[in-house]
Amino acid sequence: MLFGKVKILRSHGWQYIPNLDGVTLTEEFRGFPLLSITDDKSDVERAAAICPTQAITVSPLTLDMGKCLFCGECAKCAPKNIKFTNEHRLAATRREDLVVMAGQTKPCFNRDVVRPEISKYFGKALQLREVSAGGDASIEMELGATGNVNFDFGRYGVGFTASPRHADGLVLTGPISKNMAEALDICYNSIAEPKILVVCGSEAISGGLYADSPAVDRSFLEKYHVDLWLPGAPTHPLCFIDGITKLRAKKR
Amino acid sequence: MMELYLKTSNNASAVKIADIPVVEYTELYNDLKERMTDENYHVAHYFATEIENGLKLYLILLNDATGEVLLSSVIPDYYTEGLASLTAIHPQFHPFEREMWELYGIPFDGHPWLKPLRFSYDRRDKQSTMDSYPFYQMEGEELHEVNVGPIHAGIIEPGAFRFICNGEQVLHLEIALGYQHRGVESEMVKTDNRLRQTLIAESIAGDSAVAHTTAYAELTERLAGYVADKDLQRERFVALELERIAMHIADTGALATDIAFQLYQVACEALRTVTINTTQAWCGNRFGKSMIRPLGTNHPLTESKIDTIRKNISDVCRRYNEVRCDALEAQTLLARFEQCGLVPREEMWRIGGVGMAARSSGLLRDIRKTHPWGYYADVVKHEPVTKSDGDVMSRLSTRMDEVLQSAIYIDEALADYKPSKKITSPDYNAKFLPEALSFSLVEGWRGEICHVALTDKEGRLAKYKIKDPSLHNWLALAIAVRSEGISDFPINNKSFNLSYCGHDL
Repeated sequence: MLFGKVKILRSHGWQYIPNLDGVTLTEEFRGFPLLSITDDKSDVERAAAICPTQAITVSPLTLDMGKCLFCGECAKCAPKNIKFTNEHRLAATRREDLVVMAGQTKPCFNRDVVRPEISKYFGKALQLREVSAGGDASIEMELGATGNVNFDFGRYGVGFTASPRHADGLVLTGPISKNMAEALDICYNSIAEPKILVVCGSEAISGGLYADSPAVDRSFLEKYHVDLWLPGAPTHPLCFIDGITKLRAKKR
Repeated sequence: MMELYLKTSNNASAVKIADIPVVEYTELYNDLKERMTDENYHVAHYFATEIENGLKLYLILLNDATGEVLLSSVIPDYYTEGLASLTAIHPQFHPFEREMWELYGIPFDGHPWLKPLRFSYDRRDKQSTMDSYPFYQMEGEELHEVNVGPIHAGIIEPGAFRFICNGEQVLHLEIALGYQHRGVESEMVKTDNRLRQTLIAESIAGDSAVAHTTAYAELTERLAGYVADKDLQRERFVALELERIAMHIADTGALATDIAFQLYQVACEALRTVTINTTQAWCGNRFGKSMIRPLGTNHPLTESKIDTIRKNISDVCRRYNEVRCDALEAQTLLARFEQCGLVPREEMWRIGGVGMAARSSGLLRDIRKTHPWGYYADVVKHEPVTKSDGDVMSRLSTRMDEVLQSAIYIDEALADYKPSKKITSPDYNAKFLPEALSFSLVEGWRGEICHVALTDKEGRLAKYKIKDPSLHNWLALAIAVRSEGISDFPINNKSFNLSYCGHDL
């Protein structure tokens, strides 16, 4: 009996990633897109036309990561204009910063708009309540993974809690289904001030594929201030970890 | 007497709508009343669609013994008289009749449980809302109710569970769903952009992205008269089995978490990470999104990717087997899982249970075996894993055996595989057969996925219906917890791990 457990432990070895900021994901991963303008716009026009969430504009050339589902089809249509890098640190503090311009080389995390009380109150411990409102389970599993044996975000005092009364903030996933809108609102209002609001995944940020669905009600996001936007379909655990870490950091 | 059904199979191309018999409801009812007592039959889909001046009902029936798929249709005249409910005799019809009642108000006479299914935005009765779900109630001084949800303690999707308990013991559990309703089926037909349709299929249930997108791809290819290349079928097979391994390992870990067995929990977390990172190294996404595309792929396997998959999966398989062997002897685990959450075979059959949950109760429901398609039909002779007890332990050991089985399948499929570069890029513009019905059946890790589409005169998708195995199996969970302690609910829930979004659409 004991022998079996020792065997499992030996095979398991050390699993945690010592430096969460030092990870480079596989080349195949589609993260931050690089955009280049060419004289011939026909490829980009095709890419913009096929984009399932209309995330691309042709003139000027932009790609909205808040709408993008990172399927990579546009890069196949217009390889000269759009290239996805494996940069997973995509967090932004303002919605408009998710719109990538031609020539932009890295994501834009604007520290100036981060409320100073966030690092003051949540710099050492941050407990979050996750609410899925139409999320497709992949993003919920990725958020669960942030606390797993590999990423172990808990070592920095960040975790998820069951009761909103115990939480310092809310993480929203999914396009906000109408049937879930009220429960989401009640949950957010059950969290004591000061609190943060994190919008996780492109479906939550823009509605994604369901932006125009009559079964979705996005008025929640018009009512409350969002502190952190995390694109992805689903958001990679390391993108979440990077974003939250930056949000809590003391301003230099 | 005219034929009631058009017989086809899960390997055939789409059929013309005109070829599907239109029968009288009473004839169909009388036939099903008898036919469904034979457990080789089960219903894969049954839905209504708008036609000029009314509605038309389509039925897709599977014969597990012969591999036949039976199609039939009815143009009911329910305004004059209601339709007799099949659920009253064969409970497996319950979600389908409830859906038709909710959407179109078809009154199914004698349906024991005619309650809203998912509160879809286009439901007929807008007065009926999420908050007014008519839960069953039970009177008694000793009894109390426990409401859980829609928001749950963990990071999972929303759904409302209402328990009626006598002390710690659950007398009845009723599950109200619909919180995740996004309008998937109507978004699917609102667009002609096939890439968008493919991504919608990927989002039906994110943990079954490969399975649902395979169903979409198969369905559209049958409409386009395209037969996938052998290599493409092989790669789709590998992707689907990878997804099965990843999710079964995830659920093994989740079950361990719920009994505070940390060793298995962390071991499975790490093993799942290796598995989904293997998928990511193949297609760029940990859940296999972007992997499956209609009429081709953007991510054909290369020799180095094949090596990575084989190496990683053989390592995962070896380490997972250590967990498995130890778990089978761990008394503390067995004490919680054995004889807990029983769903007897008879009950599983009556409610139309599918997939690994049905197999754990000894009911052989496995599309890979009974209605094989693609690589399963041509190469693999799949022998389903079945267990007989129908308890939490059976559902765990089915998963454990399937992980090892899938790992062997993947290794065999890749051992002598030399990518031939014959695989094409996806085609989002293929012409579809007009006025046709196309369906596809895929065995995802949870069970039977069924997609059905109807095309119009121009070959555009006019109706798209999706069935996730969860639609059948949520009721199995409710039955499993009856008479158990309420504290055993979490392990029962994890042992099924059903999809909320796949149900709510």
